[in-house]
Amino acid sequence: MLAGIALGVLIGQFSWAMKGLDPIFQVLRTVPPLAWLPLSLAGFQDSHPSAIFVIFITAIWPIIINTSVGVRNIPEDYRNVARVIHLKNVRYFWKIMLPAAAPYIFSGLRIGVGLSWLAIVAAEMLVGGVGIGFFIWDAWNSSLISDIILALIYVGIIGFILDRIVAYTGKIITRGAAA
Amino acid sequence: MSSYLQIENVDMTFTKGQKSSNVLRNINLKVERGEFISLIGHSGCGKSTVLNIVAGLLKASGGGVILDGKEVNEPGPDRSVVFQNHSLLPWLTVYENVALAVDEVFGRSKTKAERHDWILKNLELVHMTHALHKRPSEISGGMKQRVGIARALAMEPKVLLLDEPFGALDALTRAKLQDEVMRIQVELQNTILMITHDVDEAVLLSDRIVMLTNGPSATIGEIIHVPLARPRMRVDLVDDPVYIQCRAAALKFLYERHAAPATAVG
Repeated sequence: MLAGIALGVLIGQFSWAMKGLDPIFQVLRTVPPLAWLPLSLAGFQDSHPSAIFVIFITAIWPIIINTSVGVRNIPEDYRNVARVIHLKNVRYFWKIMLPAAAPYIFSGLRIGVGLSWLAIVAAEMLVGGVGIGFFIWDAWNSSLISDIILALIYVGIIGFILDRIVAYTGKIITRGAAA
Repeated sequence: MSSYLQIENVDMTFTKGQKSSNVLRNINLKVERGEFISLIGHSGCGKSTVLNIVAGLLKASGGGVILDGKEVNEPGPDRSVVFQNHSLLPWLTVYENVALAVDEVFGRSKTKAERHDWILKNLELVHMTHALHKRPSEISGGMKQRVGIARALAMEPKVLLLDEPFGALDALTRAKLQDEVMRIQVELQNTILMITHDVDEAVLLSDRIVMLTNGPSATIGEIIHVPLARPRMRVDLVDDPVYIQCRAAALKFLYERHAAPATAVG
């Protein structure tokens, strides 16, 4: 998440970063999360860190893209205020950039969380052993269709709750910024 | 003898790709300390560009601005701006908005307690102490502009730049704020450069009215002196011969000799 915001700020604030990195992001972004799984399993030799890596690689793109849009859309007026009072660098980042971009960052987070949940359930099916994804696959192998339906509802509700948690946090933190 | 604020031979040309347009040509103006100057002209003639150059937000293509013996080449708190749309940060309260500027400008030279008092003093000057902890979205347009003025004054600027500060307000609120600005001006003796398109406002507030010709290549067409004594009372001025004469001179310039070109209206 922090990496996503940092990269987003970078390409939002500096057009050279945008020009250089944006094509790379656009290519990497379209790689399905699950396609990363074998690679990360090979790299980490363990399912747990691989799962975290898959979450990371899924969630980071919408966070980067939304943050950069948010930073680019900071109103000219706010920038001018900062210039007149000589608000620079770190102070500018904390006092102007972060609050102004916060609503965008949070919508990025929401999308990211949703996508990660999709990816992780699918990953569990492949990796096996734990989790709701594995439960669904196991139920299929045992022909327990009703268990599958129950699990799907469960997955949907958890996804919904995760989304609401992020949305609510965002609402509290960005209070006022949208006005 | 050099003046407090000098705008010398300022030219401004905007270039976009192959096209370039000359907005300002040969702007020369000398402003003395404590003077209230209004800059008036039709919309699109480049008034705001002049202000932004003085503020340092834009760099002139030619010529320059000298304030108190120093050349202006970047924005700074010695030329604080009251923006047309107040530009308060919506996630900060009234107090915090002013505090952001005060802490940044006086962070080293004043203690925390001194800064606190200074913030309150400025908000008191514009009668906004009742709403210290409200956010901009919770107060009216006139109040926002008051806070904007307090923020600008709190930087103790050498020149206060007002960019159509009352343009977005209704007539009654505008009149009230104009009176407040006059009162504050009498109290603090600031040097003020104000952009406006309202002739009455210009005559009421200013010592001199600088009128720009129509663009492209706008320049200063005429300067009217307003020799009215201060404090000025809006109601008494209505049939004051000097007021009427100044007003007529400004109207003649704007609507007879330099009527708005059809394309620039609006």
